[in-house]
Amino acid sequence: MSDPLLVVRDLVKHYRRHGLLARKPAVRAVDGVSLQLAAGETLAIVGESGSGKSTLARTILRLEEASGGQVLFEGQNVFQLSRQPLRALRRRMQIVFQDPSSALNPRMTAGAAIAEGIIIHRLAAAAEVPARVAGLMEEVGLDPGAAGHYPREFSGGQRQRIGIARALAVGPSLLVLDEPVSALDVSVQAQVLTLLLDLQEHRGLAYLFIAHDLAVVRQMAHRVAVMYLGRILEAGPTEDVLSRPRHPYTEALLSAAPEPDPVVRPSRLVLPGEPPDPSRPPGGCRFHPRCPHPRKDPRCSSEEPLLRPTGESQVACHHPLID
Amino acid sequence: MSALLEVGELRVSFPGSRGRVVPVDGVSFTLSRGETLALVGESGAGKSLTSLALLRLVPPPGRIDPGAALRLDGTDLLGLEGEALRRIRGRRIAMVFQDPMTSLNPVLTIGDQISETIRAHFRLPAREARRRAESLLTEVGLGDSTDRYGSYPHQLSGGMRQRVMLAIALAAEPDLLIADEPTSALDVTVQAQILELLDRLKAARAMAVLLITHDLGIVAGRADRVAVMYAGRIVEEAPVDRLFAQPAHPYTKGLLASLPRLRGPRKPLGAIPGSVPVPGQWPVGCRFHPRCPQAMPRCLTEPPVVPLAAGHSMRCWLGVKES
Repeated sequence: MSDPLLVVRDLVKHYRRHGLLARKPAVRAVDGVSLQLAAGETLAIVGESGSGKSTLARTILRLEEASGGQVLFEGQNVFQLSRQPLRALRRRMQIVFQDPSSALNPRMTAGAAIAEGIIIHRLAAAAEVPARVAGLMEEVGLDPGAAGHYPREFSGGQRQRIGIARALAVGPSLLVLDEPVSALDVSVQAQVLTLLLDLQEHRGLAYLFIAHDLAVVRQMAHRVAVMYLGRILEAGPTEDVLSRPRHPYTEALLSAAPEPDPVVRPSRLVLPGEPPDPSRPPGGCRFHPRCPHPRKDPRCSSEEPLLRPTGESQVACHHPLID
Repeated sequence: MSALLEVGELRVSFPGSRGRVVPVDGVSFTLSRGETLALVGESGAGKSLTSLALLRLVPPPGRIDPGAALRLDGTDLLGLEGEALRRIRGRRIAMVFQDPMTSLNPVLTIGDQISETIRAHFRLPAREARRRAESLLTEVGLGDSTDRYGSYPHQLSGGMRQRVMLAIALAAEPDLLIADEPTSALDVTVQAQILELLDRLKAARAMAVLLITHDLGIVAGRADRVAVMYAGRIVEEAPVDRLFAQPAHPYTKGLLASLPRLRGPRKPLGAIPGSVPVPGQWPVGCRFHPRCPQAMPRCLTEPPVVPLAAGHSMRCWLGVKES
C-alpha cells in the first residue's frame, strides 16, 4: 500500500484497576494491534464483547491515551502532536457513534449540532454557516427546513444522519463508524448503509467500520480484521476472509451468524464457553480454550501465535484451517 | 393438532391526549404444542405489548379492549382473576425477557430465585425445591460447577444469566414459553448457544414457543411459522419456508430485500423509504401504504386479510382481485 492514510503499529491500551485490598490485573483491552487503511477504503473491525474493537477506535483517535504503540495519520505521528496541531488533525478524523440518541446534545438543534464544528474550527464566515448546514443536511438526506428541530423530534435513522452530517461538517478524510446501524430498525439500516456508501464514493472517505454483524461487514468493507481479546486473529480482503476463513474463531463467527434464509443452513458450530475476561487472557493462543478444533499441540496453550501472511490475508494460528 | 393458544382480535389501548392510542390493533393467531411461532417486527410494531397482553400484564393505564378472545387449552384467560389467573401466569405460560440483568433479583442467589419460583407454583419442601432447581441448572447448561446455585447475577456473564432466566421460566413446567428478544443483548456466538438450548428444551418438554424478535435470521433457523407485525397489526403470516421463498406483503418483501446477506451473491441493498410510524400517528387505511412501492388508491381503505395458500395469508389489497 503506497502511503496509506492510517498506519497503526503495535497499539496497546491497558486499563489499570485500582483495588484497595487486592491489586487486580490490568484489563488489556487492546494488546498489540497493527493495521493500515488507504484513502477511500473501508476496513471493518469485527469482534464480540471484550474484543477491544471500540477501545481500538477510540485510542486511534486519541480519545483515550494509548499505553504503547504508534499511530500515523496522513503521515503525522498522532500521539506526539501537541494541542494545536492535534486539534487541526482532529478535523480530518471524525467519529460516528452507535447510539444516535446519546450522541446528540438534546438541547442543541440539529442545525446547531452540525454547525458546531464549522464554527469552532472557523471553517466559514458566520453568514455562510446556515448555507453550509443546509448543504450538509441535504447531502445526508435530511430536509434542511428541519435544522431548527431538536433531536427528540427526529426518528432514530434521522438522528444518525445528523450525526453523520456533523462528522462531515469539518471535512474529514477518515470516518470512524462505531456500530453505526446496530441501534436502528432493520428497514432503516439499509438506508443509512446506502448513504454511507454514497458518501464514500462522492467524498473519497476512508472508513474504519466497527461492527459485530458479518453480513453488514460484507456489504460495506473492502477488508476486515477479526479481533478477539485485544488482538487481531485474522485479517484480509472481505470476500476472502468471509468465504474462506482460516482461523477457527472466524469460522465459528460465520457459523453463528443467523442467515435469513431457511434453505441455507450453515453448519452449526456452537462454540462452548463465553468470551473470556480481558484482564485474564488465557496463556498461549487466547482462543485455545474455546477452539472447536483442539489439536494435541502444546504450543496452543503456551505460545501466542503471530499474525502471518497467507495469500492476501493474515492469520494468527498454529493450525490455520487453510494453509 | 388442536391449538394450545388461541388469540382473536386482540386490541390493547392506552389513553392519549387526542383519544385512545391502540398499539396492538386486532391481532389474531393460534399456536400449538411443539410449535414455534415467530412474531417479527420492528420497533413500535406492538409485538412486546402483545406478549404482555397474553399474560394479562399490560401496564396500566393500558388495557385489553373488549371483544378480544384469549384462550389457553380452551380456558378463557380474559375471564380469570386472582388465584385462577396466578395458576396460569408463570405456571402454564412463562416468559423470558431480553435483558436478564433487570429481571433477576441482584441480592438473591440464582439458585434461590429458581427455588422461589418452584415453591410459588408447587407445594414442596425447601430441600426438594432445591434439588429440582439444581436439576434445572444442569438442564440449561449451568450444572458444571457446584457453586452455581450460590452465585449472584452480577457474577455471571450475559449468556449465563439468560440461561438462569430460562431455568426460572421452566421451573413451573409451562406449556407455552414466550421469549421476547431472548438473545438481542448477547454476542452472536452466545446467541447461537442459547437458541440451540431453547430448541432442545422445547423438544424435551413438548412446549409451544412464541418467539418475539426483529432478527429475520433467527426466525429462519428456529421458527415453524412466522407472523410479521407492522403498526399494531399482523400483515403476513406463513410457514417459515414459504415466508422467505414467497413473501407476499410488500413490507415483508421490503424487509427481506433490505437485509445484507452473508452468503449468496452480493447485491445492493433495497431500502424501504421513510420510517416506521408511531402509535397514535398511524396512516389512514393500510398503515404501510405511505412507504409502499405498490400503493394504490384502494389502500386508503383498510385492507382485508387475504388467504393465499395453506397457512399463508396477508393483509393487503394486492391479494384481492379488482371486480
